[in-house]
Amino acid sequence: MPEALRLVFAIAGKDIRAELRSRTALLSAVVFAALVLVVFNFARDPTALSATDLAPSVLWVTFALAAMVALNRAFTVEREHGALDGLLLAPVPRGALFGGKLLANLAFVGTVEAVTLPLFVLFFNVDLAAALPGIIGVTALATIGFVSVGTLFSAMAVRTRFAELMLPVLLLPFMVPPLIGAVQVTARLLADRPLSEMLGWLRLLALYDIVFVTLCTMAFSAVVDE
Amino acid sequence: MTAAAAAHAIARRGLTVSLVALAGLAAVYVLALGYTPVEARQGMAQKIFYLHVPAAWCALMAFSLVGLASGLYLWLHDPRLDRFAASSAEVGVAFSAVMLTTGPIWAKPIWGTWWTWDARLTLTLFLFFLFVGYLALRASVHDPAERARFSAVVGILGMLLVPFIHLSVYLFRTLHPQPVVLKPSAPSLPPEMLRTLLISMAVFTLLYVGLVTLRYGLAMAEDARDEAADAA
Repeated sequence: MPEALRLVFAIAGKDIRAELRSRTALLSAVVFAALVLVVFNFARDPTALSATDLAPSVLWVTFALAAMVALNRAFTVEREHGALDGLLLAPVPRGALFGGKLLANLAFVGTVEAVTLPLFVLFFNVDLAAALPGIIGVTALATIGFVSVGTLFSAMAVRTRFAELMLPVLLLPFMVPPLIGAVQVTARLLADRPLSEMLGWLRLLALYDIVFVTLCTMAFSAVVDE
Repeated sequence: MTAAAAAHAIARRGLTVSLVALAGLAAVYVLALGYTPVEARQGMAQKIFYLHVPAAWCALMAFSLVGLASGLYLWLHDPRLDRFAASSAEVGVAFSAVMLTTGPIWAKPIWGTWWTWDARLTLTLFLFFLFVGYLALRASVHDPAERARFSAVVGILGMLLVPFIHLSVYLFRTLHPQPVVLKPSAPSLPPEMLRTLLISMAVFTLLYVGLVTLRYGLAMAEDARDEAADAA
Protein backbone atom coordinates (compact mmCIF):
# COMPACT_ATOMS: atom_id res chain seq x y z
CA MET A 1 0.00 0.00 0.00
CA PRO A 2 1.43 3.43 -0.87
CA GLU A 3 2.66 5.47 2.07
CA ALA A 4 0.12 8.31 1.66
CA LEU A 5 -2.80 5.89 1.62
CA ARG A 6 -1.46 4.16 4.77
CA LEU A 7 -1.35 7.55 6.52
CA VAL A 8 -4.90 8.37 5.40
CA PHE A 9 -6.14 5.12 6.92
CA ALA A 10 -4.09 5.65 10.10
CA ILE A 11 -5.67 9.07 10.71
CA ALA A 12 -9.18 7.91 9.82
CA GLY A 13 -8.66 4.85 12.05
CA LYS A 14 -7.63 7.07 14.96
CA ASP A 15 -10.80 9.17 14.60
CA ILE A 16 -13.10 6.18 14.23
CA ARG A 17 -11.53 4.40 17.24
CA ALA A 18 -11.90 7.52 19.38
CA GLU A 19 -15.52 7.81 18.28
CA LEU A 20 -16.33 4.17 18.92
CA ARG A 21 -14.94 4.38 22.45
CA SER A 22 -17.26 7.17 23.53
CA ARG A 23 -20.09 6.85 21.00
CA THR A 24 -21.75 10.00 22.42
CA ALA A 25 -21.42 12.08 19.25
CA LEU A 26 -22.60 9.28 17.00
CA LEU A 27 -25.59 8.51 19.20
CA SER A 28 -26.55 12.18 19.49
CA ALA A 29 -26.33 12.62 15.72
CA VAL A 30 -28.54 9.57 15.13
CA VAL A 31 -31.10 10.74 17.68
CA PHE A 32 -31.00 14.18 16.13
CA ALA A 33 -31.72 12.74 12.67
CA ALA A 34 -34.62 10.67 14.07
CA LEU A 35 -36.05 13.78 15.74
CA VAL A 36 -35.88 15.74 12.49
CA LEU A 37 -37.86 12.96 10.79
CA VAL A 38 -40.47 13.07 13.55
CA VAL A 39 -40.76 16.84 13.28
CA PHE A 40 -41.22 16.52 9.52
CA ASN A 41 -44.05 14.11 10.06
CA PHE A 42 -45.96 16.76 11.96
CA ALA A 43 -45.12 19.47 9.46
CA ARG A 44 -46.90 17.76 6.57
CA ASP A 45 -50.55 17.39 5.72
CA PRO A 46 -50.99 13.72 4.66
CA THR A 47 -54.25 14.49 2.89
CA ALA A 48 -52.65 17.12 0.66
CA LEU A 49 -49.31 15.51 -0.17
CA SER A 50 -48.63 11.82 -0.42
CA ALA A 51 -45.58 10.50 1.43
CA THR A 52 -43.92 9.47 -1.83
CA ASP A 53 -44.10 13.02 -3.20
CA LEU A 54 -42.58 14.47 -0.08
CA ALA A 55 -40.16 11.64 0.66
CA PRO A 56 -37.09 12.77 -1.33
CA SER A 57 -37.01 16.24 0.20
CA VAL A 58 -37.66 14.97 3.74
CA LEU A 59 -34.89 12.42 3.40
CA TRP A 60 -32.36 14.91 2.08
CA VAL A 61 -33.13 17.75 4.44
CA THR A 62 -32.69 15.25 7.29
CA PHE A 63 -29.40 14.00 5.86
CA ALA A 64 -28.17 17.57 5.39
CA LEU A 65 -29.01 18.64 8.94
CA ALA A 66 -27.52 15.48 10.43
CA ALA A 67 -24.34 15.92 8.40
CA MET A 68 -24.04 19.50 9.64
CA VAL A 69 -24.24 18.37 13.26
CA ALA A 70 -21.74 15.60 12.59
CA LEU A 71 -19.28 17.89 10.82
CA ASN A 72 -19.26 20.39 13.64
CA ARG A 73 -17.72 17.63 15.70
CA ALA A 74 -14.85 16.80 13.33
CA PHE A 75 -12.42 19.46 14.47
CA THR A 76 -13.87 20.44 17.82
CA VAL A 77 -12.51 17.15 19.17
CA GLU A 78 -9.09 18.09 17.80
CA ARG A 79 -9.18 21.45 19.54
CA GLU A 80 -9.26 19.96 23.02
CA HIS A 81 -5.86 19.49 24.69
CA GLY A 82 -4.11 20.88 21.58
CA ALA A 83 -4.67 17.62 19.70
CA LEU A 84 -4.62 19.39 16.34
CA ASP A 85 -1.16 20.85 17.03
CA GLY A 86 0.11 17.35 17.73
CA LEU A 87 -1.45 16.10 14.53
CA LEU A 88 0.08 18.96 12.54
CA LEU A 89 3.52 18.29 14.01
CA ALA A 90 3.39 14.68 12.87
CA PRO A 91 5.29 14.09 9.61
CA VAL A 92 2.13 13.68 7.58
CA PRO A 93 1.55 15.49 4.28
CA ARG A 94 -1.43 17.85 4.55
CA GLY A 95 -3.23 16.08 1.74
CA ALA A 96 -3.09 12.78 3.64
CA LEU A 97 -4.23 14.51 6.83
CA PHE A 98 -7.22 15.94 5.00
CA GLY A 99 -7.92 12.56 3.39
CA GLY A 100 -7.94 10.89 6.81
CA LYS A 101 -10.29 13.44 8.34
CA LEU A 102 -12.54 13.22 5.27
CA LEU A 103 -12.66 9.45 5.46
CA ALA A 104 -13.52 9.51 9.17
CA ASN A 105 -16.24 12.10 8.57
CA LEU A 106 -17.65 10.02 5.71
CA ALA A 107 -17.77 6.99 7.99
CA PHE A 108 -19.52 9.06 10.64
CA VAL A 109 -22.07 10.71 8.32
CA GLY A 110 -22.54 7.42 6.44
CA THR A 111 -23.42 5.63 9.68
CA VAL A 112 -25.95 8.30 10.58
CA GLU A 113 -27.47 8.03 7.11
CA ALA A 114 -27.54 4.23 7.28
CA VAL A 115 -29.54 4.40 10.52
CA THR A 116 -31.79 7.20 9.29
CA LEU A 117 -32.85 5.40 6.11
CA PRO A 118 -34.72 2.49 7.83
CA LEU A 119 -36.29 4.97 10.26
CA PHE A 120 -37.45 6.98 7.29
CA VAL A 121 -39.03 3.89 5.72
CA LEU A 122 -40.68 3.12 9.04
CA PHE A 123 -42.08 6.59 9.72
CA PHE A 124 -43.13 7.50 6.20
CA ASN A 125 -44.18 4.12 4.93
CA VAL A 126 -42.25 4.48 1.67
CA ASP A 127 -41.43 1.36 -0.29
CA LEU A 128 -37.70 1.57 -1.00
CA ALA A 129 -37.00 -2.08 -1.79
CA ALA A 130 -36.72 -1.70 -5.57
CA ALA A 131 -34.86 1.61 -5.46
CA LEU A 132 -32.51 0.77 -2.59
CA PRO A 133 -29.26 0.15 -4.53
CA GLY A 134 -29.81 3.36 -6.48
CA ILE A 135 -30.54 5.36 -3.34
CA ILE A 136 -27.41 4.05 -1.64
CA GLY A 137 -25.40 5.00 -4.73
CA VAL A 138 -26.74 8.54 -5.02
CA THR A 139 -26.39 9.04 -1.27
CA ALA A 140 -22.71 8.12 -1.48
CA LEU A 141 -22.21 10.36 -4.50
CA ALA A 142 -23.85 13.40 -2.90
CA THR A 143 -22.40 12.85 0.58
CA ILE A 144 -18.78 12.70 -0.59
CA GLY A 145 -19.11 16.15 -2.16
CA PHE A 146 -20.58 18.09 0.73
CA VAL A 147 -18.70 16.25 3.46
CA SER A 148 -15.45 17.16 1.73
CA VAL A 149 -16.33 20.87 1.71
CA GLY A 150 -17.67 20.47 5.26
CA THR A 151 -14.43 18.89 6.48
CA LEU A 152 -12.43 21.83 5.15
CA PHE A 153 -14.83 24.40 6.59
CA SER A 154 -15.05 22.74 9.98
CA ALA A 155 -11.25 22.98 10.26
CA MET A 156 -11.73 26.70 9.69
CA ALA A 157 -14.84 27.17 11.78
CA VAL A 158 -13.30 25.80 14.99
CA ARG A 159 -10.79 28.62 14.92
CA THR A 160 -13.47 31.30 14.74
CA ARG A 161 -15.82 32.70 17.30
CA PHE A 162 -19.34 31.18 17.06
CA ALA A 163 -17.93 28.01 15.44
CA GLU A 164 -21.27 26.16 15.63
CA LEU A 165 -22.97 28.99 13.76
CA MET A 166 -20.19 29.69 11.27
CA LEU A 167 -20.14 26.20 9.77
CA PRO A 168 -23.80 26.08 8.64
CA VAL A 169 -23.68 29.65 7.30
CA LEU A 170 -20.63 28.85 5.19
CA LEU A 171 -21.54 25.29 4.26
CA LEU A 172 -25.24 25.49 3.34
CA PRO A 173 -24.69 27.33 0.03
CA PHE A 174 -22.20 24.59 -0.88
CA MET A 175 -24.74 21.91 -0.03
CA VAL A 176 -27.25 23.28 -2.51
CA PRO A 177 -26.01 21.67 -5.75
CA PRO A 178 -25.52 18.16 -4.27
CA LEU A 179 -28.85 18.39 -2.44
CA ILE A 180 -30.81 19.47 -5.53
CA GLY A 181 -29.19 16.68 -7.53
CA ALA A 182 -29.77 14.06 -4.85
CA VAL A 183 -33.43 15.04 -4.38
CA GLN A 184 -34.06 14.91 -8.13
CA VAL A 185 -32.42 11.52 -8.52
CA THR A 186 -34.17 10.09 -5.43
CA ALA A 187 -37.55 11.27 -6.71
CA ARG A 188 -36.95 9.58 -10.07
CA LEU A 189 -35.73 6.40 -8.39
CA LEU A 190 -38.87 6.22 -6.25
CA ALA A 191 -41.04 6.83 -9.31
CA ASP A 192 -39.16 4.02 -11.11
CA ARG A 193 -38.00 6.24 -13.97
CA PRO A 194 -35.36 5.06 -16.47
CA LEU A 195 -31.68 5.78 -15.83
CA SER A 196 -31.46 8.17 -18.80
CA GLU A 197 -33.60 10.69 -16.89
CA MET A 198 -31.10 10.80 -14.02
CA LEU A 199 -27.88 10.75 -16.00
CA GLY A 200 -27.51 14.52 -16.17
CA TRP A 201 -27.89 14.87 -12.42
CA LEU A 202 -25.53 11.98 -11.73
CA ARG A 203 -22.89 13.60 -13.94
CA LEU A 204 -23.31 16.87 -12.06
CA LEU A 205 -22.92 15.08 -8.71
CA ALA A 206 -19.81 13.23 -9.88
CA LEU A 207 -18.29 16.43 -11.27
CA TYR A 208 -18.98 18.22 -8.00
CA ASP A 209 -17.22 15.44 -6.09
CA ILE A 210 -14.16 15.52 -8.33
CA VAL A 211 -13.83 19.32 -8.29
CA PHE A 212 -14.40 19.84 -4.57
CA VAL A 213 -12.50 16.84 -3.21
CA THR A 214 -9.46 17.94 -5.25
CA LEU A 215 -9.83 21.60 -4.35
CA CYS A 216 -10.40 20.99 -0.63
CA THR A 217 -7.39 18.67 -0.45
CA MET A 218 -5.24 21.38 -2.00
CA ALA A 219 -6.69 24.19 0.11
CA PHE A 220 -6.35 22.30 3.40
CA SER A 221 -2.74 23.35 4.00
CA ALA A 222 -3.76 27.01 3.58
CA VAL A 223 -6.25 26.49 6.40
CA VAL A 224 -4.15 24.66 8.98
CA ASP A 225 -0.59 25.92 8.35
CA GLU A 226 0.42 29.18 9.97
CA MET B 1 4.41 59.45 4.69
CA THR B 2 3.14 57.28 7.54
CA ALA B 3 0.84 54.32 6.94
CA ALA B 4 -2.06 56.15 8.54
CA ALA B 5 -1.55 59.22 6.32
CA ALA B 6 -1.35 57.03 3.22
CA ALA B 7 -4.57 55.28 4.24
CA HIS B 8 -6.21 58.64 4.76
CA ALA B 9 -5.16 59.83 1.30
CA ILE B 10 -6.56 56.70 -0.36
CA ALA B 11 -9.83 56.94 1.56
CA ARG B 12 -10.20 60.60 0.54
CA ARG B 13 -9.63 59.72 -3.09
CA GLY B 14 -12.26 57.00 -2.79
CA LEU B 15 -14.69 59.43 -1.23
CA THR B 16 -14.18 61.93 -4.06
CA VAL B 17 -14.77 59.28 -6.72
CA SER B 18 -17.87 58.05 -4.88
CA LEU B 19 -19.29 61.57 -4.69
CA VAL B 20 -18.71 62.10 -8.41
CA ALA B 21 -20.43 58.76 -9.06
CA LEU B 22 -23.38 59.76 -6.87
CA ALA B 23 -23.75 62.97 -8.88
CA GLY B 24 -23.68 60.77 -11.97
CA LEU B 25 -26.39 58.62 -10.41
CA ALA B 26 -28.61 61.70 -10.08
CA ALA B 27 -28.02 62.32 -13.79
CA VAL B 28 -29.00 58.72 -14.52
CA TYR B 29 -32.31 59.27 -12.72
CA VAL B 30 -32.97 62.38 -14.82
CA LEU B 31 -32.07 60.52 -18.02
CA ALA B 32 -34.15 57.47 -17.13
CA LEU B 33 -37.23 59.49 -16.23
CA GLY B 34 -36.95 62.33 -18.75
CA TYR B 35 -35.00 61.16 -21.76
CA THR B 36 -35.79 57.50 -22.37
CA PRO B 37 -39.15 56.57 -23.90
CA VAL B 38 -41.76 54.82 -21.77
CA GLU B 39 -41.75 51.13 -22.62
CA ALA B 40 -44.93 50.17 -24.48
CA ARG B 41 -45.94 47.06 -22.52
CA GLN B 42 -44.40 47.59 -19.09
CA GLY B 43 -44.99 51.33 -18.71
CA MET B 44 -43.14 53.19 -15.97
CA ALA B 45 -42.24 49.96 -14.18
CA GLN B 46 -39.54 49.36 -16.75
CA LYS B 47 -37.59 52.41 -15.46
CA ILE B 48 -36.18 50.28 -12.65
CA PHE B 49 -34.22 48.48 -15.34
CA TYR B 50 -31.66 51.33 -15.32
CA LEU B 51 -30.82 50.58 -11.67
CA HIS B 52 -31.41 46.85 -11.46
CA VAL B 53 -29.17 45.78 -14.34
CA PRO B 54 -26.16 48.00 -13.45
CA ALA B 55 -26.42 46.94 -9.78
CA ALA B 56 -26.43 43.29 -10.84
CA TRP B 57 -23.47 43.93 -13.11
CA CYS B 58 -21.49 45.54 -10.27
CA ALA B 59 -22.39 42.79 -7.81
CA LEU B 60 -21.23 40.07 -10.17
CA MET B 61 -18.08 41.98 -11.05
CA ALA B 62 -17.34 42.54 -7.35
CA PHE B 63 -17.72 38.85 -6.55
CA SER B 64 -15.63 37.72 -9.51
CA LEU B 65 -12.87 40.06 -8.40
CA VAL B 66 -13.07 38.64 -4.85
CA GLY B 67 -12.53 35.16 -6.30
CA LEU B 68 -9.63 36.38 -8.43
CA ALA B 69 -7.97 38.29 -5.57
CA SER B 70 -8.43 35.25 -3.28
CA GLY B 71 -6.65 32.98 -5.74
CA LEU B 72 -3.81 35.47 -6.14
CA TYR B 73 -3.56 35.90 -2.37
CA LEU B 74 -2.94 32.20 -1.73
CA TRP B 75 -0.23 32.37 -4.35
CA LEU B 76 1.49 35.69 -3.52
CA HIS B 77 0.49 36.27 0.14
CA ASP B 78 0.28 39.99 -0.44
CA PRO B 79 -1.89 41.66 2.25
CA ARG B 80 -3.06 44.23 -0.28
CA LEU B 81 -4.89 41.50 -2.20
CA ASP B 82 -6.67 40.43 0.97
CA ARG B 83 -7.65 44.01 1.76
CA PHE B 84 -8.96 44.43 -1.78
CA ALA B 85 -10.96 41.17 -1.57
CA ALA B 86 -12.53 42.26 1.72
CA SER B 87 -13.43 45.70 0.31
CA SER B 88 -14.82 44.26 -2.90
CA ALA B 89 -16.90 41.69 -1.02
CA GLU B 90 -18.47 44.36 1.18
CA VAL B 91 -19.30 46.64 -1.73
CA GLY B 92 -20.54 43.59 -3.68
CA VAL B 93 -22.93 42.68 -0.87
CA ALA B 94 -24.26 46.25 -0.93
CA PHE B 95 -24.83 46.12 -4.70
CA SER B 96 -26.48 42.71 -4.48
CA ALA B 97 -28.81 44.09 -1.84
CA VAL B 98 -29.80 46.78 -4.37
CA MET B 99 -30.22 44.11 -7.04
CA LEU B 100 -32.26 41.84 -4.78
CA THR B 101 -34.59 44.65 -3.70
CA THR B 102 -35.12 46.33 -7.08
CA GLY B 103 -35.67 42.91 -8.70
CA PRO B 104 -38.83 41.93 -6.78
CA ILE B 105 -40.20 45.50 -7.01
CA TRP B 106 -39.93 45.19 -10.78
CA ALA B 107 -41.09 41.57 -10.87
CA LYS B 108 -44.33 42.11 -8.95
CA PRO B 109 -46.14 44.29 -11.55
CA ILE B 110 -44.59 42.55 -14.58
CA TRP B 111 -44.40 38.86 -13.68
CA GLY B 112 -47.16 39.04 -11.06
CA THR B 113 -44.94 37.63 -8.35
CA TRP B 114 -42.27 39.05 -6.04
CA TRP B 115 -40.01 36.10 -6.36
CA THR B 116 -39.58 33.06 -8.54
CA TRP B 117 -37.05 30.23 -8.25
CA ASP B 118 -35.61 30.97 -11.62
CA ALA B 119 -31.99 30.04 -12.35
CA ARG B 120 -30.55 33.52 -12.29
CA LEU B 121 -32.50 34.70 -9.25
CA THR B 122 -31.51 31.66 -7.24
CA LEU B 123 -27.90 32.03 -8.31
CA THR B 124 -27.65 35.67 -7.27
CA LEU B 125 -29.44 34.96 -4.00
CA PHE B 126 -26.90 32.28 -3.17
CA LEU B 127 -24.04 34.54 -4.18
CA PHE B 128 -25.43 37.07 -1.73
CA PHE B 129 -25.62 34.45 1.05
CA LEU B 130 -22.17 33.17 0.20
CA PHE B 131 -20.63 36.60 0.59
CA VAL B 132 -22.58 37.49 3.69
CA GLY B 133 -21.05 34.29 5.09
CA TYR B 134 -17.67 35.42 3.80
CA LEU B 135 -18.00 38.71 5.68
CA ALA B 136 -19.26 36.93 8.81
CA LEU B 137 -16.20 34.68 8.67
CA ARG B 138 -13.90 37.69 8.36
CA ALA B 139 -15.55 39.30 11.35
CA SER B 140 -15.10 36.24 13.53
CA VAL B 141 -11.37 35.59 12.97
CA HIS B 142 -9.04 37.84 14.90
CA ASP B 143 -5.57 37.03 13.55
CA PRO B 144 -5.10 39.01 10.28
CA ALA B 145 -2.98 36.36 8.51
CA GLU B 146 -5.39 33.58 9.46
CA ARG B 147 -8.36 35.72 8.43
CA ALA B 148 -6.75 36.35 5.06
CA ARG B 149 -6.07 32.66 4.43
CA PHE B 150 -9.53 31.51 5.54
CA SER B 151 -11.37 34.09 3.50
CA ALA B 152 -9.19 33.39 0.45
CA VAL B 153 -10.14 29.71 0.67
CA VAL B 154 -13.84 30.58 0.89
CA GLY B 155 -13.45 33.09 -1.95
CA ILE B 156 -11.94 30.50 -4.29
CA LEU B 157 -14.42 27.77 -3.38
CA GLY B 158 -17.25 30.26 -3.79
CA MET B 159 -16.14 31.15 -7.30
CA LEU B 160 -16.10 27.47 -8.25
CA LEU B 161 -19.50 26.92 -6.66
CA VAL B 162 -21.15 29.42 -9.00
CA PRO B 163 -21.20 27.18 -12.12
CA PHE B 164 -22.54 24.29 -10.05
CA ILE B 165 -25.42 26.30 -8.60
CA HIS B 166 -26.13 27.66 -12.05
CA LEU B 167 -26.18 24.20 -13.64
CA SER B 168 -28.35 22.69 -10.94
CA VAL B 169 -30.99 25.41 -10.94
CA TYR B 170 -30.96 25.91 -14.70
CA LEU B 171 -33.35 23.04 -15.24
CA PHE B 172 -36.18 24.99 -13.70
CA ARG B 173 -38.03 26.99 -16.30
CA THR B 174 -36.70 30.51 -16.50
CA LEU B 175 -38.81 33.67 -16.48
CA HIS B 176 -35.83 35.96 -16.53
CA PRO B 177 -35.34 37.85 -19.80
CA GLN B 178 -32.58 36.69 -22.08
CA PRO B 179 -29.55 38.96 -22.56
CA VAL B 180 -30.33 42.19 -24.46
CA VAL B 181 -26.90 43.84 -24.64
CA LEU B 182 -24.12 41.26 -24.75
CA LYS B 183 -25.36 38.78 -27.30
CA PRO B 184 -24.24 37.68 -30.74
CA SER B 185 -26.68 39.86 -32.71
CA ALA B 186 -27.03 43.63 -32.28
CA PRO B 187 -28.55 44.88 -28.98
CA SER B 188 -32.35 44.81 -29.21
CA LEU B 189 -33.00 47.93 -27.17
CA PRO B 190 -34.05 51.29 -28.65
CA PRO B 191 -30.95 53.54 -28.82
CA GLU B 192 -32.15 55.95 -26.08
CA MET B 193 -32.69 53.08 -23.66
CA LEU B 194 -29.39 51.49 -24.54
CA ARG B 195 -27.53 54.77 -24.10
CA THR B 196 -29.09 55.37 -20.69
CA LEU B 197 -28.34 51.81 -19.63
CA LEU B 198 -24.70 52.08 -20.69
CA ILE B 199 -24.31 55.44 -18.93
CA SER B 200 -25.87 53.97 -15.83
CA MET B 201 -23.54 50.98 -15.96
CA ALA B 202 -20.55 53.30 -16.25
CA VAL B 203 -21.83 55.35 -13.30
CA PHE B 204 -22.35 52.22 -11.18
CA THR B 205 -18.90 50.94 -12.09
CA LEU B 206 -17.45 54.29 -11.04
CA LEU B 207 -19.40 54.05 -7.79
CA TYR B 208 -17.98 50.57 -7.26
CA VAL B 209 -14.43 51.86 -7.81
CA GLY B 210 -15.04 54.79 -5.45
CA LEU B 211 -16.57 52.71 -2.67
CA VAL B 212 -13.94 49.99 -2.91
CA THR B 213 -11.16 52.58 -2.80
CA LEU B 214 -12.79 54.22 0.21
CA ARG B 215 -13.19 50.88 1.95
CA TYR B 216 -9.63 49.92 1.05
CA GLY B 217 -8.32 53.11 2.65
CA LEU B 218 -10.33 52.35 5.79
CA ALA B 219 -8.95 48.80 5.90
CA MET B 220 -5.43 50.21 5.61
CA ALA B 221 -6.13 52.61 8.46
CA GLU B 222 -7.49 49.74 10.58
CA ASP B 223 -4.39 47.65 9.90
CA ALA B 224 -2.14 50.60 10.76
CA ARG B 225 -4.05 51.12 14.01
CA ASP B 226 -3.82 47.41 14.93
CA GLU B 227 -0.10 47.37 14.21
CA ALA B 228 0.41 50.47 16.34
CA ALA B 229 -1.60 48.85 19.14
CA ASP B 230 0.43 45.64 18.89
CA ALA B 231 3.72 47.57 18.91
CA ALA B 232 2.72 49.59 21.98
